[in-house]
Amino acid sequence: MATQTTIFSPELAARFDKLVTLYPLRRSALIPMLLYAQDEVGYISPAVISEVAGRVGVQENDVLSVLSYYSMLRTKPIGKFNVQVCTNICCMLRGGNELFEHCSKRLGIGHKGTTADGVFSLEEVECIGACSWAPAVQVNYDFHENLTPESMDKILDQYREKAGK
Amino acid sequence: MAYLTTHPDVVPVISSRFGKGATSIDKYIELDGYTAARKAIEMGPEAIIAEMKASNLRGRGGAGFPTGMKWSFVPKQSEKPKYILVNGDESEPATCKDRLIFEHDPHSVIEGVIIAGLAVGAKMGFIYLRGEYRYLLKIMEKAIDEAYAKGFLGKNIFGSGIEFEAVSHTGAGAYEVGEESALMESLEGKRGIPRIRPPFPAVVGLYGGPTVINNAETLATVPHIIRMGGAEYAKIGTERNGGTRLFCLSGHLEKPGVYELPMGYSLKKMIYDVGGGIPGGKRLKAVVPGGSSTPILTADEIDVGMDFDQVGKAGSMLGSGGVVALDETVCMVEFALRTMKFYQHESCGWCIPCREGTDWLKKSLTRLHAGGGVDKDIDNIRYLAENMLGRTFCPLGDAAAMPTIAFVKKFRKEFEDHLNGKGCPYHHSLEHEAVLA
Repeated sequence: MATQTTIFSPELAARFDKLVTLYPLRRSALIPMLLYAQDEVGYISPAVISEVAGRVGVQENDVLSVLSYYSMLRTKPIGKFNVQVCTNICCMLRGGNELFEHCSKRLGIGHKGTTADGVFSLEEVECIGACSWAPAVQVNYDFHENLTPESMDKILDQYREKAGK
Repeated sequence: MAYLTTHPDVVPVISSRFGKGATSIDKYIELDGYTAARKAIEMGPEAIIAEMKASNLRGRGGAGFPTGMKWSFVPKQSEKPKYILVNGDESEPATCKDRLIFEHDPHSVIEGVIIAGLAVGAKMGFIYLRGEYRYLLKIMEKAIDEAYAKGFLGKNIFGSGIEFEAVSHTGAGAYEVGEESALMESLEGKRGIPRIRPPFPAVVGLYGGPTVINNAETLATVPHIIRMGGAEYAKIGTERNGGTRLFCLSGHLEKPGVYELPMGYSLKKMIYDVGGGIPGGKRLKAVVPGGSSTPILTADEIDVGMDFDQVGKAGSMLGSGGVVALDETVCMVEFALRTMKFYQHESCGWCIPCREGTDWLKKSLTRLHAGGGVDKDIDNIRYLAENMLGRTFCPLGDAAAMPTIAFVKKFRKEFEDHLNGKGCPYHHSLEHEAVLA
């Protein structure tokens, strides 16, 4: 596989070459590989499915079946920054629902929506493990905790600035 | 940034290296790190397991199974390789403790895995982190690399001639994968669907080999037990409930946070003293004692010691150590609904009682909360939940059913107050209009 053409960057391809050797069975690398591929490509495209299936030695159908199970994996592109607002019990008790509504209004999009400029996506998510610092939000992989609508606005502004728009 | 909160009653064992830069292996070694693994090599399997049994350490994931006992179930001889699997899929709502361990003391997990491997004769360990914990995965990967560089992992650990490999692994978003058999499926690159037991993982587990699966906090505790001795560790806790645990205090509290407290610590004190009481002079209505799947306790029921046996006697479970305080303004139907929405979303769909049960319960609770409920709905909710109990491959069905039964049983009047078009007496939102339309 290593010598064949790849859709991934040389660094990621090298990482994948190593990843499959770490486990007793190559297939164990499937879920991390899909997530890392998504990080680079933006979503799990048909080309990602095809290459990953070859790398771990399963059918494309098997990859589709597995990826549909995991909530972080997606088959469509989204915004540059995915704002994931937790509304599970601990966050709900400390204003998680209101925070989600606030983000929705501010960004003008609903659950799983993306802004027209492609900068933000919004998602209502289940518990992200920040219960003692609720309400909490994850933007891509970064945690933001003990939030208020005001502090949330500042965070969104920072990300917008990062996007250069 | 996850951090530990202090209080005079905190007993730092697992958290003794938090905030001290122990993510670096040199600092970890300076703080007595990896002395337990060296000691364990000298001790040999039987002495390690005896020490673990003496410690009265019980699984910190939620079930509270004695760790030493679990290890002793692994057959000594096995044709297939044996494995250690660390459950760091931490997803039970109200639980945010493993995060602190990975962030502040990743080497304690690695050292715990090595010791578990020595105890059962495994040569390989996997550290599975939930997909959302990417920054922690990076910390873990670095820690593993450092341990290899020092010769603490690899073909000849600590120059003993013993081989042990460790691999960190990421999930991609699934609560169900925190269940041990689904965790193995996920690590094998499949959908996280539970396996029927028996055979138990200790006999037939990962890749068909005998496997020890422990929560991250459990394994991070192991080096401390080996270092201080099982009996010494057991002394900190209560009878049959050794040591301390990281309690995650959340909800309506003045000082929510993660605190390391001895097993058996008073729940009442946890709420009013450690947690600083209820903000705004409001009254406490109820407490979820151990994560969202544990039956709720009313404000009158919290005079209980927080260990597996005492909370069990009080009609609930110690679970994952996630303590949620609810003040008087909380609508219990809404709380029950949000809890069920979670389980309905996370049910893997394999077992019908769970897949259909969580869906119908969510629908019934949604309608009831919006004011569209009728008299028999309340009994139906309880009936549905009771018929999910014990009828699924894995405990997710029970996790959804148990709290629901408690909500109806203990707060029936609040459910009745929603009936016959009255809707939620606490508040009324546009979402309700949509449900009723």
